[in-house]
Amino acid sequence: MDFALLTLGDTGWGDELLRGLVTTVALAVLSYLLGIVLGLIGAFGKLSGRRGIRLLAEGYTTVVRGIPTLVLVFIIFFGLEAAIGSALDAFGYTGQVFLDAFTMGVIAIGLLSGAYSTEAIRGALVAIPAGQIEAARAFGMPPRLIFRRITLPLLLRIALPSLGNVWQLTLKDTSLISVMGLTDLMRQAFVAGNSTREPFTFFLAAALLYLVVSAVTNRLFDVAERRFSRGVRRA
Amino acid sequence: MDVTVILDAIPLLIEQGLRLTLELLFLSLAVGLVFAVLIALMRLSGIPGVAHAAYAFVYFFRSTPLLVQFFLIYYGLGQFRPELQAVGLWQFFREPFWCAITALTFNTAAYTSEMIRGGIQSVPHGQIEAARACGMSRVTVFRRIVLPLAIRQALPAYSNEVVLMLHATALASTITLMEMTGLAGRIASRTFDPVSAYVAVGLIYLVITLLLTRGLKWIEWKSTAYLRPRDG
Repeated sequence: MDFALLTLGDTGWGDELLRGLVTTVALAVLSYLLGIVLGLIGAFGKLSGRRGIRLLAEGYTTVVRGIPTLVLVFIIFFGLEAAIGSALDAFGYTGQVFLDAFTMGVIAIGLLSGAYSTEAIRGALVAIPAGQIEAARAFGMPPRLIFRRITLPLLLRIALPSLGNVWQLTLKDTSLISVMGLTDLMRQAFVAGNSTREPFTFFLAAALLYLVVSAVTNRLFDVAERRFSRGVRRA
Repeated sequence: MDVTVILDAIPLLIEQGLRLTLELLFLSLAVGLVFAVLIALMRLSGIPGVAHAAYAFVYFFRSTPLLVQFFLIYYGLGQFRPELQAVGLWQFFREPFWCAITALTFNTAAYTSEMIRGGIQSVPHGQIEAARACGMSRVTVFRRIVLPLAIRQALPAYSNEVVLMLHATALASTITLMEMTGLAGRIASRTFDPVSAYVAVGLIYLVITLLLTRGLKWIEWKSTAYLRPRDG
């Protein structure tokens, strides 16, 4: 293995890998945020009193978690543009819809992340003691205020460990978008490995970069978890 | 998306791709489970070098994408072809099937070893003391008392792992294997209708997932029968 290939600058592939890493992290963060939004909607949907909404949310998580992520990515990449196109057709817009690989990647991985976030958030919502909400209502707080002051902080405290797992899963699954040609970390490692004939060196470097990002962000989640659990008495 | 393409694709996928998908799944699960027990025991052994090596293995395979692991083994090991040929392992790693099995096995071993470790640690101390008091040797205690209790404890998490592994076998298509997802790709390029092809294969995965989940729930229920009151 020739580690000089990993240096920055013209002779090494280090800067290309790092640029790929930036794309990977950006893709992961945006997908994760989209996932949280979908997760909140999905979780409240699953707990909704309306049967139709409940079934819709249930169907979303069952399908997304029931098929391989790679297959989901293929369906989104080959079908989303056409689907949006025909939806816009109904409103009288006949132009072509074009989405780049990054945007479609965010949507595909966001949908995946959202399904897992839904489960994490739903579990936390159910675990919030009813007395807390009752007490807030007894104080005369309107629903929005209750959500901001009572539900959300408790939700974060209970859901953060599982949401941390969802983040790790989201980060790792972004690598699948490289199959569709997005020049993320994985793709750069593939290209570098091909042109230098040292694929092991570059895939190992990519693996270690994923590992470092995962370790660092894990720490951040630990810090956040401690912060949101300040009020909890520990044995 | 075209319903007739989907309906044509489903039997084709099942006939020609399902077998390979299930072979990948069950072979790697079986070998992975054996490795997982060994790794869990290594981690709990308390021997400094051994426990650390097991931890490093688990950490690496849990914090890197499975796709990297596939490529590392399939494309990456080609870099060491002369060395591998010298020790006679090249025959093995030349085949995409065995590369996929290796990647899947290591991956599931890493995840499962953590479940088993948690299971072993959850075995109540009194159970082991009682077994020792009955005069069982350490190996017998492990085989008769610790392992069954640990497995029962780890079973719900393991059911989840089985489903995730089913989905992980789809990555074998990226290293040229013609399991269901790979086959769907071929159907996609032949029919010029990738969405239908992948929806078809997605439906099959969905059904297998639901069947697996049902089956595993049943095993979980059976294995905790002694905890329920006897009926009637």
